[in-house]
Amino acid sequence: MSNDFTARNIPDRLTSRDQRALKSWETLLVIIAVMVFVINALSSPYFLNPWNLSDATFNFTEKAMIAFAMAMLIVSGEIDLSVASIVALASTAMGFMMQAGFDTPTLVLTGLTVGVLCGAFNGVLVTRLGLPSIVVTIGTMSLFRGISYIVLGDTAYNGYPSSFAFFGQGYVWWVISFELVLFVIFALIYAVILHKTNFGRAVYAIGNNPIGAKFSGIRVERVKFILFLLTGLMSGIAAVCLTSRLGSTRPSIAFGWELEIVTMVVLGGVNILGGSGTIPGVVLAALIMGMVTFGFGLLNVPGIVMSIFIGLLLIAVIALPRLWTMANAARAGRKA
Amino acid sequence: MIKQFIKSREALLVLAILILLGLISTRFSGFIAPQNMASVFQDTSILIMLALGQMVVILTRCIDLSVASNLALTGMVVGLINVAAPDLPVPVLLLVAITLGAFLGAINGILVWKVDIPPIVVTLGTLTIYRGIIFLVSNGAWINAHEMSASFKAFPRYELLGLPVLSWMAVVTIILFYLLVVRTPLGRAFYAVGGNPHAAVYTGINVGFTRFMAFVIAGAISGVCGYLWVSRYAVAYVDIAGGFELEVVAACVIGGISIAGGIGTIGGAVLGALFLGIIKNALPVVDISPFWQLAISGSAIIIAVAVNARSERKKGRIILKKAEHAQ
Amino acid sequence: MLTSDPTAHKTTKAALSLRGISKEFPGVKALSDVSLNLYPGQVTALVGENGAGKSTIVKILTGIYQPNAGTIEVAGQKTEFPNAHAASAAGVTAIHQETVLFDDLSVAENIFIGHAPRGLFGLIDRAKMNANAQAILEQVGADIKPTARLRDLGIASKHMVAISRALSVDAQVVIMDEPTAALSHKEITELYDLVEKLKADGKAILFISHKFDEIFRIADRYTVFRDGQMAGEGLIKNVSEDELVTMMVGRSVDQIYPKKEVKIGDPILTVSGYSHPTEFEDMSFDLREGEILGFYGLVGAGRSELMQALFGITKPSKGAIKIAGEIAIVRSPAEAIGRGIVYVPEDRGKQGAIIGLPIFQNVTLPSLHKTSKQGFLKLAEEFKLAREYTARLDLRAASLDQDIGELSGGNQQKVVIAKWLATQPRVIIVDEPTKGIDIGSKAAVHEFMGELAANGLAIIMVSSELPEILGMADRTIVMREGRKAGEFTRSEMTAEKLVRAAAGIKEKAA
Repeated sequence: MSNDFTARNIPDRLTSRDQRALKSWETLLVIIAVMVFVINALSSPYFLNPWNLSDATFNFTEKAMIAFAMAMLIVSGEIDLSVASIVALASTAMGFMMQAGFDTPTLVLTGLTVGVLCGAFNGVLVTRLGLPSIVVTIGTMSLFRGISYIVLGDTAYNGYPSSFAFFGQGYVWWVISFELVLFVIFALIYAVILHKTNFGRAVYAIGNNPIGAKFSGIRVERVKFILFLLTGLMSGIAAVCLTSRLGSTRPSIAFGWELEIVTMVVLGGVNILGGSGTIPGVVLAALIMGMVTFGFGLLNVPGIVMSIFIGLLLIAVIALPRLWTMANAARAGRKA
Repeated sequence: MIKQFIKSREALLVLAILILLGLISTRFSGFIAPQNMASVFQDTSILIMLALGQMVVILTRCIDLSVASNLALTGMVVGLINVAAPDLPVPVLLLVAITLGAFLGAINGILVWKVDIPPIVVTLGTLTIYRGIIFLVSNGAWINAHEMSASFKAFPRYELLGLPVLSWMAVVTIILFYLLVVRTPLGRAFYAVGGNPHAAVYTGINVGFTRFMAFVIAGAISGVCGYLWVSRYAVAYVDIAGGFELEVVAACVIGGISIAGGIGTIGGAVLGALFLGIIKNALPVVDISPFWQLAISGSAIIIAVAVNARSERKKGRIILKKAEHAQ
Repeated sequence: MLTSDPTAHKTTKAALSLRGISKEFPGVKALSDVSLNLYPGQVTALVGENGAGKSTIVKILTGIYQPNAGTIEVAGQKTEFPNAHAASAAGVTAIHQETVLFDDLSVAENIFIGHAPRGLFGLIDRAKMNANAQAILEQVGADIKPTARLRDLGIASKHMVAISRALSVDAQVVIMDEPTAALSHKEITELYDLVEKLKADGKAILFISHKFDEIFRIADRYTVFRDGQMAGEGLIKNVSEDELVTMMVGRSVDQIYPKKEVKIGDPILTVSGYSHPTEFEDMSFDLREGEILGFYGLVGAGRSELMQALFGITKPSKGAIKIAGEIAIVRSPAEAIGRGIVYVPEDRGKQGAIIGLPIFQNVTLPSLHKTSKQGFLKLAEEFKLAREYTARLDLRAASLDQDIGELSGGNQQKVVIAKWLATQPRVIIVDEPTKGIDIGSKAAVHEFMGELAANGLAIIMVSSELPEILGMADRTIVMREGRKAGEFTRSEMTAEKLVRAAAGIKEKAA
């Protein structure tokens, strides 16, 4: 063995952080976000109004909070399609408690507890019984919302106490809503968990190679279970905000959110097959989707047309880099 | 053969359906009358057809979440054609529906095959795109019954040998799919690609192309169902069959089609769809609120996937000789 | 061609020739300028160590890989195999080492997938397919029903299906990649008969094997690869075993395994009566500080399964282990690591390296509690730890934040070993430590293992390579069919004794 360690010393990094940041997915998202912002500002005089911008944040804050936890779950190689149904069930439970005369703190606690329990149910099915999460959560997606339908049918819960309204309608300072503050806080918390802790590292290891992670002493099932719990908890929190904002609960509440949330996560650069992705990416994707929705709204473009744009964006942002790589490879092949 | 069947998933499902029917008939004996069963079958025909299309996609380790949007878009387009040219015969419209559906499926397929994007992402995208295009082509307007030509609406209802054409379409689809998956090289390739994609390459199967074909077939079926849906319910608008893709996936999962690919039968998919169809049709007659349906099918999915996972669990390599004999 | 050899004269024209073939992968040159000629009616043995490029050449011959340079000639005609179908159409068929079968299709479908007989409307003629399958299965002497589902068959039967599949196409060239590895004695004899029959039919056969006895029994010619290069070719009758070995390794065994003399200390790990319901039974042994304990046996003898149970991956049904005299219960890898037992797995890509994560994160993964503070990562500490241990193993890489997947097999293995050393273990289990890595890395790994033992670490080395066992182990336990089949001290160990114990053959009568 060589004693000449210094000669073979391997550098920690070849490229600096700045260099890598320039080439990253997040940079692309920042450019898109700026473009969307400029286009919006140019096409509608109402866009730059602070109150309008503040209103626009409600388009994404609740979904984004779930998306942070979903991002970690997808990085670990699993998925939860039942999130919107958890929102519905948690909201229904809160409505039920409200009718029974409980106060606001209890309602909030109910929402969060139902969220965590639903997450635990998914987590047990996936980690204990070893079932594929995509199928399990398609099942619980029907089950959770189904329970809401059984409870509510075609009726609705109305008349939440006025103190409950703060979570979805309250403002902390000037145009800064409580939800927006919550969004920022959770963005920071999840960014720290995923990028700065041992737990986050384990999530990446599991997503890249679950067997290898297990062979490296990581308690894979436990980590995944916690991720399902977190996703349930975030859905519960989103349920509190959304119910408070709408002031009512119908079983169709948050219908179709799961697909929007997954789109947000994937657009944010999280690999749907697991192993890579960042929270800042998801934050940017949330901002882009929120601004696009808002901008189109100002132009009186119907929501359904916006969804075409989001769908195209989802496919394009994934396809274009791949097509680019393929074209480069083909060119290199011709030269050789 | 019989022994094999008794041990199979399909037998379990038949048993579950029989128990279900037994329970229903204690509450409402008319439910199991042949006439009513025929109407349940008719009502489930579209789900059966879509489940078969979804099945070949799932067999190849993919998933198509865009089937319901494809159905709605194709339905709207043939509806608009019918409004614009009421004299165009139904077979031509069917051809248009198949072609358009297959084309929409091919877009999914090409993105999966040539651009190598995960199927769930592709079809999540096209789910919203296809649905959005309906708005663009229709301007958000409805096509109502009185705007459709009589022959357009009559076709699925036309009775042949006591069954409506809609049911016959499902029967023909079942037969064609049986021949496809059991008797054609492409059908066998679906199983090979999903069961062991690595090995499929070694046997000269083009994995990407096989997946592409699965999407095209699923798309074509969605297209046909688009026409059938719009003509049967005599209405077309942006949101028809919204969320139906999940019911289709549910039928497959209940039918024992493994989401991991390579495992599943025509019988399973059909029975899975029938199971859901029977529940849907039975709830009102046994005085259970139809609002129970969603929760019941959700539970059925979870139970089915748990049961299937147990039977699929791979036997490890057994080294000790006595353990092998003990089996 | 002028030659005095009658067999060579009779068949001067090769059925298939590869000339000047090179194949590169990112970071690795798998083959450089190799040639291979296969003659009708003859068996050519391809020999070489693991990682010599045998699998790569098989994949080129079957159209899975395309070479970067070189030509393929079939019956003198230059051709290309852009995909598996093209190779098959050109009359090349292979019995692969890896399972290329489909569990959920029937036996007949597995045999005929891609070329099933067609009947009415171009539909598959199942009756004919089953009949044809039956005929082929009978030809290879396998008692398997064509309609049986593959999932329900045992390993040996599956292998016979794979062989039947290869024979179902009308091929002129048959490649057999370690065809006897999974077969029992009786089936191996039947396979030899089959090879003779194929020879008589004029097929050109490429036979890849690690077993010298069978090479000398059935091969007519040999080609030796070493490190992706040609190391020799010729007629089997003109070569001896020793000469083949020298060609394969390029130096004598003593040179590769510089075994250090180490003082063996106290027992650190004591295993008694370890059993598993299906994989192994009643395994008892102890392991001492500074000792390298070899585990030899045929592939599938239960060695890896035993090691994975010791590491907490699977649960034993009976038995106990003691670490440094204390009873230890190990229910998960995390617990094993906590007790100082670590495992370098055989399947590096799946179980060892976390491909997708950078080198330094691979190294620190089980040691994160050491490099972090209250669960929060400290990157500087991680780099420090990674630097220290990768330097000890003489890792070659561009930078420590390079994806481990970009490294060669040998360097990946060094990272995996570094990962475990960073946990400061007491017992390190290495499972086929040098499988599929280049000679240079191999020597480095061996030398390092010697050093570790010298520092008092206890090492269990599972290996199927005799020279490695003979060169490195202080003591060797041989396993066969899940049980201990013999135990030999370094002075007792001979290649013959180990092979006999592993195969269950009695000692020759003196």
